[in-house]
Amino acid sequence: MSAASVVLVLGDDVSTDVIYPGRYMATVLPAETPQYAFADLGVFNAKLKAGAVPAGSVVVAGKNFGCGSSREQAVSALKGHELAIVAGSFARIFLQNAINLGLRLIEAPGVTAAEGDELAIGVTEVVNLTSGRRYAVRSLPAARQAIIEAGGLIPYTRKRLLGRSAAR
Amino acid sequence: MGMTVVQKILARASGRSEVAVGDVVEPAVDLAMSHENAALVINQFQAIYEGTGLEPTLWDAARIAIVFDHRVPAESPKTATNQKRIRGFVGINGIAKFHDIRGDRGGICHQILPESGYILPGAVVVGTDSHTTSHGALGAFAFGVGATEMASIWALGHAVNVEVPATIKVNVSGVLPPMVGPKDVILHLVGKLGAAGATFRVLEFHGDAIRAMSTSGRLTLCNMAVEAGATSGIVPADAETIRYLKEEAGVLEAVHPVVPDRDAAYERTVDVDVSALAPQIACPHTVDNVRPVSEVAGRHVDQIVIGSCTNGRLDDLAVAAGILKGRKVASTTRMLVFPASGRIYQQALEAGYVADLVRAGAVVMNAGCGPCLGVHEGALGDGEVALSTTNRNFKGRMGNPASDVYLCSPAVAAASAVTGVITDPRQEGKP
Repeated sequence: MSAASVVLVLGDDVSTDVIYPGRYMATVLPAETPQYAFADLGVFNAKLKAGAVPAGSVVVAGKNFGCGSSREQAVSALKGHELAIVAGSFARIFLQNAINLGLRLIEAPGVTAAEGDELAIGVTEVVNLTSGRRYAVRSLPAARQAIIEAGGLIPYTRKRLLGRSAAR
Repeated sequence: MGMTVVQKILARASGRSEVAVGDVVEPAVDLAMSHENAALVINQFQAIYEGTGLEPTLWDAARIAIVFDHRVPAESPKTATNQKRIRGFVGINGIAKFHDIRGDRGGICHQILPESGYILPGAVVVGTDSHTTSHGALGAFAFGVGATEMASIWALGHAVNVEVPATIKVNVSGVLPPMVGPKDVILHLVGKLGAAGATFRVLEFHGDAIRAMSTSGRLTLCNMAVEAGATSGIVPADAETIRYLKEEAGVLEAVHPVVPDRDAAYERTVDVDVSALAPQIACPHTVDNVRPVSEVAGRHVDQIVIGSCTNGRLDDLAVAAGILKGRKVASTTRMLVFPASGRIYQQALEAGYVADLVRAGAVVMNAGCGPCLGVHEGALGDGEVALSTTNRNFKGRMGNPASDVYLCSPAVAAASAVTGVITDPRQEGKP
């Protein structure tokens, strides 16, 4: 169980256009994408760029977080700041991209919080220490555990390739 | 136990006799498509091989397609350099299914793949673009992936750890009224299901309205299946699919439709009767915020956009030209048209549609994604309103978070161009 501060609260259907606007898509390197995380949320983006948001801070959102485009920059930008996302649910491609790149996502249906709240995030539940409310965590698809355990899809694929070449 | 179309495809591609919902499979990929984000795929592909002592090797260059469409021609040195790098990779690896910025064989990936005959019924298609769902229109299982997942597929030749999705059967019945088309059907359905109503599900389309629909219309439907969160949309292949592939896509080999078993298990069935359907509008800032046109008619529009992978095909341009021929775009609005491919552009030229549109005052741009995703042209000013035949209206989608985007059919867009306000095309021309 880890405790973390909520630094941003958003509603349902947060699209990848909000997380990482399309006009920055020519930027692809994970070292460069974080500067554009939530670029159109000027105040929050400025805090991120100023280094005023500690690693492990939490963004709380409603249902269908990450809907829209498959752009992986939406994940690498958040990963670069080591944010964790606690949301009611996630869109499929965003969820898969997050697993592939090792961005921490926690699916907690019905979760609510205010900026500044402290959350205790466990394997089976999220506790809002400020409001006292508790939310059950829905585990990620079992089939994805192998990728998470390998540390992401690049090391996972590398392992598979080496396994193949050893079998030859 | 009977199987749905996607279950049959995944069973075949995974070398199994059958699969059930929730099974984890590793389907062989028949076609793997990327656009400009191939620049990132290349990086991740090379990263996989770091420290392995193995040479980075594509599993099958003939099954990889790369189409430049998101920023064509390049809007910045950064994009141009990414495109240059991709061209180099394409050349070294002998990727033949490469579509550069050209007036003859260039265009939007989701139009280029079907019209080039790259998509066959029963295929497993992946693309680094969420609208890869489009290709289900030809009876393929097609879904969007991120760049790293694509890099893994380039190396392995199959997707990893795919859970067989449940399928929602969508029965579309009735005859579409005049000035109402496939775009209105899918907007209505997305409104009904909600933006996350089909997440981790496949939408399998059936019914007499689907059987009577052209492949172009089916592409519009499947294109926007992802706007309800669906992994994919799919129309089981039929005589129209075979006609399209033979007559329009130049496919010479035998085409084998994959159809669902009679006792296929669907998670649920959704019925849509289109007989009395009105033109539909998705209002800001979510695609499922859908209302009949009557509820928003009269709203001022600053920019009309007709085009994209959703509605940039010849029949879409024909509808627009039919309404605008001999008339003028209102002086208070501006109109941008971008055909889905170079081939469609040429066909629209030959049919006279381009002349009709340009004489009316529209700007006809090159084939590509254009203003849809707000990256390099057709940006909106603060407080401006766009009415567009594209597929997304999220805040900031067209490049400016202080603007509004409404989504509609080509008929609504063209009728509204004449008046400068959102207009019901069924009322169009009436006093």
